[in-house]
Amino acid sequence: MQRHHISLTVNGDSHELNIDPRQTLLQVLREDLELHGTHLGCDSGDCGACTVLLDNEPVPSCLVLAADADGRAVVTVEGLVQNGEPHAVQKAIVAHGGVQCGYCTPGIVVSSVALLQENPHPNEQQVREAIAGNLCRCTGYQKIIAAVVEVGAESGF
Amino acid sequence: MKPFEFFSPITLAEASRILADHNGQGRALAGGTDLLIRMKRKQWTPRAVVSLNRVAGLNEIALNGDLKLGARVTLNQLIRSQIIRAHFPVLAQTARNMAGVQVRTLATIGGNLCNASPSADMAPPLMALNARAVIIGVEGERIVPLDEFFVGPGKSVLQPGEILREILVPRPNDFTRASYHKLEHRQAMDIAMVGVGVSVQIEHRTSNIENCSDVRIVLGAVAPTPLRAKRAEEILRGNILNEENIAHAARVAAEEAKPIDDVRSSMWYRREMVEVLTRRQLMELGDSRLEIGD
Repeated sequence: MQRHHISLTVNGDSHELNIDPRQTLLQVLREDLELHGTHLGCDSGDCGACTVLLDNEPVPSCLVLAADADGRAVVTVEGLVQNGEPHAVQKAIVAHGGVQCGYCTPGIVVSSVALLQENPHPNEQQVREAIAGNLCRCTGYQKIIAAVVEVGAESGF
Repeated sequence: MKPFEFFSPITLAEASRILADHNGQGRALAGGTDLLIRMKRKQWTPRAVVSLNRVAGLNEIALNGDLKLGARVTLNQLIRSQIIRAHFPVLAQTARNMAGVQVRTLATIGGNLCNASPSADMAPPLMALNARAVIIGVEGERIVPLDEFFVGPGKSVLQPGEILREILVPRPNDFTRASYHKLEHRQAMDIAMVGVGVSVQIEHRTSNIENCSDVRIVLGAVAPTPLRAKRAEEILRGNILNEENIAHAARVAAEEAKPIDDVRSSMWYRREMVEVLTRRQLMELGDSRLEIGD
């Protein structure tokens, strides 16, 4: 099988990788780089569990060919932790009890961080829109939404 | 996925040549939100995947006379663009009602059109705005009205080696208004059961009576391709946009639809909803007291 060479920056670290052109960005993150925080859910872009930031924009990493991400920068949920400190969104979701089984959580955290970068003080409706592409079957979303709204309200921007 | 060779050319000419060399066995990759799913399901098994990601200029939005929308313009770009919000708000609204944020980062206008789904949301508003498709092939360039771009479910006029480069949309004048309404089971991540795009040009003859000098009504998800309701348009063109004329045109639009029963909706319901969505939008667009925009 033809291998394809790519350069990828992930959570600030540069990687040179030889990949199978069929590999998705999600597969490279999980299998080649062993970053297991990004989850495989539906594998068709519907559930949002695999959401990462690609050049600072949220994408479903199951729908990106790794070959097509050559030269670009990725941030996964692991990259949101600074000096061992969880991101404010992660802390708030835990504090509000917005985690049950936890499968959707990394994707929801990444989508929420993307929203807060663009709109530091979102209201409830804006949070709902931002995570409309993230399915959660446990929580009913209320506590997640309350957590993200609170992070926005408390941020010092 | 079946094995394929990956290409990432930097010019459209090169992309077109690679696709032509693979003689129908190649696929252009834009956002990938449809292509990858079909490849994973082995519905499509291309031998070559040609990314348009590195081709310069394909993600440009420019307004010089006509609006020029590069084929790789993403749905999120449309939503954020000042040009689109100011002059073509219907396109930003349409994009905002498609999929979810993550998919909209990737999904492109060109991909939505070239996949030629009967329910493609970008097609009705763009056809209502009289858009044209600029197509590049090995032989050169051709321009096709978007009305003539779709051939059947999943089929457009694109031939092997041809690539959609951009969409041109005439700049609307001060009297043009357009809207697109989509009926879906939920407000995000869903495909239209019915979509209706309408544009009207209104001449203000007196303070109360509005004459409709031009109108375009485009039906989505109710025929093998997005469909102009031309008989309905004829009823309104040159006439007053009053309740009676609008109701008549909406009934005729429903007759012109050719819907099917499927998992998302029934033939009967789709036809009824064509009438409702057409009437509702014409009433809104004809009411000069309402500001249409975002």
